[in-house]
Amino acid sequence: MNRYSRNQMAQHVARDIPEGAYVNLGIGMPTLVANHIPADREIVLQSENGLLGMGPAPDAGEEDYDLINAGKQPVTLLPGASFFHHADSFAMMRGGHLDICVLGAFQVAVNGDLANWHTGEPDAMPAVGGAMDLASGAKQVFVMMEHLTKKGESKIVEHCSYPLTGLRCVSRVYTDLATIHITSHGLFVGDFVEGLSLEDLIKLSGVKMQALNN
Amino acid sequence: MINKIFASSEEALADVHDGATILIGGFGSAGLPTHLTDALIAKGARELTVVNNNAGNGEKGLAALMKAGCVRKLICSFPRQVDSWVFDELWRAGKIELELVPQGNLAERIRAAGAGVGAFYTATGFGTELAKGKETRQINGRDYVLEFPIHADFALVAAETGDRWGNLTYRKTARNFGPIMCMAAKTAIAQVHHIVELGSIDPEHVITPGIFVKRVVQVERVAYDPTPAKRGEQRP
Repeated sequence: MNRYSRNQMAQHVARDIPEGAYVNLGIGMPTLVANHIPADREIVLQSENGLLGMGPAPDAGEEDYDLINAGKQPVTLLPGASFFHHADSFAMMRGGHLDICVLGAFQVAVNGDLANWHTGEPDAMPAVGGAMDLASGAKQVFVMMEHLTKKGESKIVEHCSYPLTGLRCVSRVYTDLATIHITSHGLFVGDFVEGLSLEDLIKLSGVKMQALNN
Repeated sequence: MINKIFASSEEALADVHDGATILIGGFGSAGLPTHLTDALIAKGARELTVVNNNAGNGEKGLAALMKAGCVRKLICSFPRQVDSWVFDELWRAGKIELELVPQGNLAERIRAAGAGVGAFYTATGFGTELAKGKETRQINGRDYVLEFPIHADFALVAAETGDRWGNLTYRKTARNFGPIMCMAAKTAIAQVHHIVELGSIDPEHVITPGIFVKRVVQVERVAYDPTPAKRGEQRP
């Protein structure tokens, strides 16, 4: 089966981020989105540790470890950048000022419920960070994830079995098989990988979906 | 004359008592007040409740404080990191209590304590395990969870420049929790790299006004190694 590469998935997300958007990219796969934002589009990246106007990683030897992102990696500043404390940073999310956040996920339900912070296993150390603030606060929540688990089970589900991060918050899911729009009228599939039919995709996903243009 | 400058971290922490609640600034290593945490270990106060975004890295700073057996409870948003094995082992052995808090709730609960807010409703966490048992309320059609402030006896923060009135500036993303933690503690203690004459910090550039700060200590800037620590590794 063909799959989109992580960079292709990141391109799909970047394509859908409009000029002027304030965006938070989650740790891990979503970080790749920054590399694919078209040069002619002005987008402001927020890092929840207290930075707006985040630029790319510095050149080797230029790292400043007081200037890091949420993943604790060194970054740079773009002209117009600003620093702020944590309560202001989270007010940007919680107060509905942030246009888009891009998060990873264990599962997304057809109603937009998100599970991405805890496997729920009794011996698993729970850690949440800013995931719940982003899920409930950002105007739009995009998810980037593999479509299937390693066992081949769909991560798009009728109801999340993992503990929830946020309720009815996800509006779009970018997977290695397809881009899926979550609406109050159901799931709509935008693009999907070559060699896969819509019927195959629906079968693999185990939930109702229809083509976006129908 | 007001003079909040203390000669050493040890003197600044001399009255930390057993059972104290202590806010410790920092996000990862940026803004972590390592000189003050080292002095806290030397002080030897026990049964502490510590508030920090993370759960320590390697075996230094906050991790060392926990390893020394000083911490009874950690209030934290992200305790799971590749080099946070000290906390991990204590938690699994039931030797330390964890209160896991969404990061924005952590920040807002600290800010609320500093601002005299009795409690507040937030949408974060509604319908999740982290809101279980908490009061909820629907306001204008949206569901909220009631959250309470985190008051503390002490705050230990790392700032860049301070003066004898306790005015502070910070450096880049090392600011993180510093300003709100200073507000929320009865006694806020700042380690700074520069102490300057009163009036030298442009009033337009003061980030934490001195009213929130009780003690300021000058410390050497230590270059830190931000890569995840490995077990058994010796670090300066």
